[in-house]
Amino acid sequence: MTSAHAEHVNGELPHEPEKATLEGRNKTLGFWLFLGGEAVLFGTLFATFLALRNSNNDGPTAAELFSLPITAIATAILLVSSLTSVFAIQAMHRHNLQSLKTWLIVTVVLGLGFLGLEIYEFYEYVVHESFGLTTSAFSSAFYTLVGFHGAHVAFGVVWISLLIAQLYRKGLTVVTAPKVYVSAMYWHFIDVVWVFIFSVVYLLGKVG
Amino acid sequence: MAQAQAQGHVHGDHHHSVKRYTGIMDWLTTVDHKKIGILYLLAGGFFFGIGGIEAILIRLQLIKPMNNFVSAQVFNELITMHGTTMIFLGVMPIIFALMNAVIPLQIGARDVAFPFLNSLGFWTFLFGGILLNLSWVMGGAPDAGWTAYTPLSSEYSNSHGVDFYTIGLQIAGLGTLIGGINFLVTIITMRAPGMSYMRMPMFTWASFITSAMILFAFPAITVGLVLLSFDRILGANFFDVAAGGNPVLWQHIFWIFGHPEVYILILPAFGIISEVIPTFARKRLFGYSSMVFATILIAFLGFMVWAHHMFTTGLGPVANALFSIATMLIAVPTGIKIFNWLFTMWGGQITFTSSNLFAIGFIPTFVMGGVTGVMLASAPADYQYHDTYFVVAHFHYVIVGGLVFGLLSGLHYWWPKMFGRMLSEPIGKWTFWTFCIGFHLTFFVQHFLGLLGMQRRIVSYLPHQNFDTMNLISTIGALLMGVGILLFLYNIVVTSMKPMNAAADAWEDGRTLEWSIPSPPPEYNFKQTPLVRGIDAFWKEKMAGNKAMTPAEPVGSIHMPSPSILPFVMSLGLFIAGLGFMFSREDFSNSFMSFIFNNYLVLIIGLMITFGAMITRSLIDDPGYHIEPEEQEEEVRA
Amino acid sequence: MMKRWQALKRLLPLLAMFSLLLSGCGREDLSVLNPQGPVADGQLGLIKLSISIMILVVIVVFAIAAYVLVKFRRRPGQKEMPVQVEGNHKLEIIWTAIPLLLVIVLAVPTIQQVFASGEDKWKQEGVLQVEVTGHQFWWEFNYPQYDVTTAQELLMPVGREVALQLKTADVLHSFWVPSLAGKTDTNPDGTINHMSFSTEKPGTYIGKCAELCGPSHGYMEFRVKAVEADAFDRWVESTKAPAVLPEDTQLAEKFKTNCLSCHAVGDQGGFTGPNLTGIGSRETVAGILLNDSNGAKGSSPVKDNLVQWLQDPQEVKPNNTMPDPKDLGFTDEEIEQIAEYLANYKLDY
Repeated sequence: MTSAHAEHVNGELPHEPEKATLEGRNKTLGFWLFLGGEAVLFGTLFATFLALRNSNNDGPTAAELFSLPITAIATAILLVSSLTSVFAIQAMHRHNLQSLKTWLIVTVVLGLGFLGLEIYEFYEYVVHESFGLTTSAFSSAFYTLVGFHGAHVAFGVVWISLLIAQLYRKGLTVVTAPKVYVSAMYWHFIDVVWVFIFSVVYLLGKVG
Repeated sequence: MAQAQAQGHVHGDHHHSVKRYTGIMDWLTTVDHKKIGILYLLAGGFFFGIGGIEAILIRLQLIKPMNNFVSAQVFNELITMHGTTMIFLGVMPIIFALMNAVIPLQIGARDVAFPFLNSLGFWTFLFGGILLNLSWVMGGAPDAGWTAYTPLSSEYSNSHGVDFYTIGLQIAGLGTLIGGINFLVTIITMRAPGMSYMRMPMFTWASFITSAMILFAFPAITVGLVLLSFDRILGANFFDVAAGGNPVLWQHIFWIFGHPEVYILILPAFGIISEVIPTFARKRLFGYSSMVFATILIAFLGFMVWAHHMFTTGLGPVANALFSIATMLIAVPTGIKIFNWLFTMWGGQITFTSSNLFAIGFIPTFVMGGVTGVMLASAPADYQYHDTYFVVAHFHYVIVGGLVFGLLSGLHYWWPKMFGRMLSEPIGKWTFWTFCIGFHLTFFVQHFLGLLGMQRRIVSYLPHQNFDTMNLISTIGALLMGVGILLFLYNIVVTSMKPMNAAADAWEDGRTLEWSIPSPPPEYNFKQTPLVRGIDAFWKEKMAGNKAMTPAEPVGSIHMPSPSILPFVMSLGLFIAGLGFMFSREDFSNSFMSFIFNNYLVLIIGLMITFGAMITRSLIDDPGYHIEPEEQEEEVRA
Repeated sequence: MMKRWQALKRLLPLLAMFSLLLSGCGREDLSVLNPQGPVADGQLGLIKLSISIMILVVIVVFAIAAYVLVKFRRRPGQKEMPVQVEGNHKLEIIWTAIPLLLVIVLAVPTIQQVFASGEDKWKQEGVLQVEVTGHQFWWEFNYPQYDVTTAQELLMPVGREVALQLKTADVLHSFWVPSLAGKTDTNPDGTINHMSFSTEKPGTYIGKCAELCGPSHGYMEFRVKAVEADAFDRWVESTKAPAVLPEDTQLAEKFKTNCLSCHAVGDQGGFTGPNLTGIGSRETVAGILLNDSNGAKGSSPVKDNLVQWLQDPQEVKPNNTMPDPKDLGFTDEEIEQIAEYLANYKLDY
């Protein structure tokens, strides 16, 4: 209940500003728990997908549909964005606001790149392969799982952009630091989820 | 915590001007856990009443064979809404009411970890609940049972009822998830100095574990509801057999959530009983550490047994055998709890207040519900019990005889702490006896109805099947339960007219921290954070001859979070978006309505309201405000 | 608190009486407690075992509770604090170990029966194969060994194991004949369930749908009729006999173009509605209107039931898919005639 005052601690930011206040620590812990719930959410979606992935109902199958090069590029982009997000947090721990902002911007740009590829991929499927949400149980499961992840990425992009704006206005304080920190946790989480999607949906779809 | 607060005093001289509201705006904007607790109680009580009326209507329809009191369609809507309302909108919020009212006080905290999210959780629950119940006046309530088995719910239910179910529960469930995370963090980080995990009161422990279960169970139903609404509204094929979907998948997802959910419900009741019985036996809880261990074990096993709801689905002998055994095992930790309660009273000095009557009534009643649970666990026997009135009897014994008894016990117990007034004891005892007798009349005979061949969820039954008398008895019992609840309401009204004069230690034998502060507590709860020196912290101080807790900090300025209307706005946005999504494929006769709904405009506007409020919240820092020591004195005097 | 204890004392013998009473007198064609075949027998055995264990538990808990509530009430003037007991390891071990033991006692026969009843007998020699299909809100029974289909009334010979394959044509249902066997859900194609039962005793057993399947879920009853083996053979024969149509050619034509587009009689008609062959000799109309052929309480002559059904099918079974005969242009008189014809369409077996 004190964090609101810590902003008055002029220039005395601790090494890990996100942990300076009880609010900050609460936020981090709460967010860890939230990610636990998110893991169950994606776990259920994965289970659904695995149950239905061969029910293509005369529509395209995974093997016919997926193009690994594009998804590999998307994977690389997202993995790199996780790395840039780590750089951002390191910059934050060095109290280097400029570097922090730069790395966050790079992260957002990479996130947008990933989203662009995903939209392109969906567009191709829908328009050229006539593979829409309603085509088969497989298509429903595919779009819901991958789309949920995509929506998470989009949410993350908007969120981090807003944080960048806040960093420009308010600078790095014990109020903004935990926000940046949990957004980075979030970003890593959706990155991990994507690794599973890449393996379970794309690789397994192509192979099996 | 103490350190953090000490830091706060340094800056105590900073005054932030924060708008503080009065009247209705105060309730809409409050982030005070005590007020949110009251809001939860009001809203939960309201929905509990609706669910109760639905129950009475169901019983009136079944009072005699081939009755025509309600139509078959309306009957299915009643049973669906009775179950859904009671579980998600009735008892869950009342559990949250008690958690809000009590947990911060029990752990010696000034508020929850996320006061703003706490408010958000309440408002999303309320708007979700309202949305669900709007179905009654907007073309028909959901009619596929509270379990909403596909494909009955996905392809064969043609009204918007099941859409109200999926969207309403989705929004309400979000609130529950937020609440769960909030209480987890609160209990982990906000405990007063000296309160180690193994010194936490049992109700706090139970709420802690329940919150953890919420966190891991609710996302599953979130996904299930998404899939079902996508099938219904967007034409997806998750459960559509013709397109390769799998209806049994829904059953798995539903029960992976649904079984933990029943433990989410019952654990807080265990916690309440573990508070009430020691207080009124004047004896510490017997086997505290085994209680904690048993609670954790129940929660753990609770996630491993979902398929016992599906013994007749045809999962095969291996699955049925494994889930049978896992289910039976839950009897062991539950038995530990029962005996611990009995031996808490052993050698004690029991007083029979109405709160304690409900707690004591809980024990035999819950045991009866528990043993039928073990009977149901035996898969081949369950082929006979499944989907009959035997099951109806069983789960009402655990949910009403267990949870509702627990809640009524807790409400009588903590009422003075929440409202500063003691409920009338004579009326409370009448409440107990009518409710308890009514309950057993209603549900005891239902075991036999099931065994005699009466399946559940039937709108009526032929005469001469040996069902008639017992159904009549059951209906009479239900009416008696209704009288019990009316007596409780009457008690509330009568009590609210009495002066606010409850003592801090209202039952004189209070053991935990909440009884060390005034009833009701000031908005900052503890003027000075207490120092906890053992289990049953307040009791320990009293036994040492102290009148109050030893403070862990000097008197000083107290920082409080500001009230905010944003949680209300966010939830309103979700409500609008939900309606927009639900009717996005509707053919309106009005072209304007068609335009805004079919182009997802309503959905977008709703989401924009929600996200707009989220962005506002993120951009504008909440400086909070301070209550200075002088003001604290004034409040105490007032 | 004497009051409570007395109430309990009064309740206990009542309870015992009640259970005794009921175990004797459930209807033998409907009650789980009155099994008429080995499958339901075995299931009742497990129920009895578990209920005995559980009554033991309940008695122990109630006894301790009663003792505690009487003995340890707070008495007036009691000022000193009771001794604060932290726990007792020995006791705690006892009440962990004993329930565990009881669970094992119940688990062992449970597992045995799970695997015994999980066995698929469809391909076993000598069984009668029946394919069961649940519809909103009626039951279809197909006998692949005899190429015979019927509805609402599953005919079986006594002494012969019946192996079922269950599926649904629409939503989930659950097939339940309490006095012969516990229930099994009917899932859509691809996840077909199986079960089996038998009985030595000729008679009619009531079956019910046990899974919520729509408004008329409660009215989705059926019958299992066990007859002697030679009667069963005669039934198969007469079911396979050519269709008997109404004598009045005009009515026969109307019957054919309307009713037979969904229903079948003998070798004619469609498959989407219940098969009507020999409906006059069944024990119910639509599963829920009882015929007075064997003098059941609350029954009516089969023709009256047919008229009641044909006059307003929605009144009898809300939401069923049969069109109202009046909308199809049947007059009251024609409905009478059709009912008369169907009531007399009997199978000799």
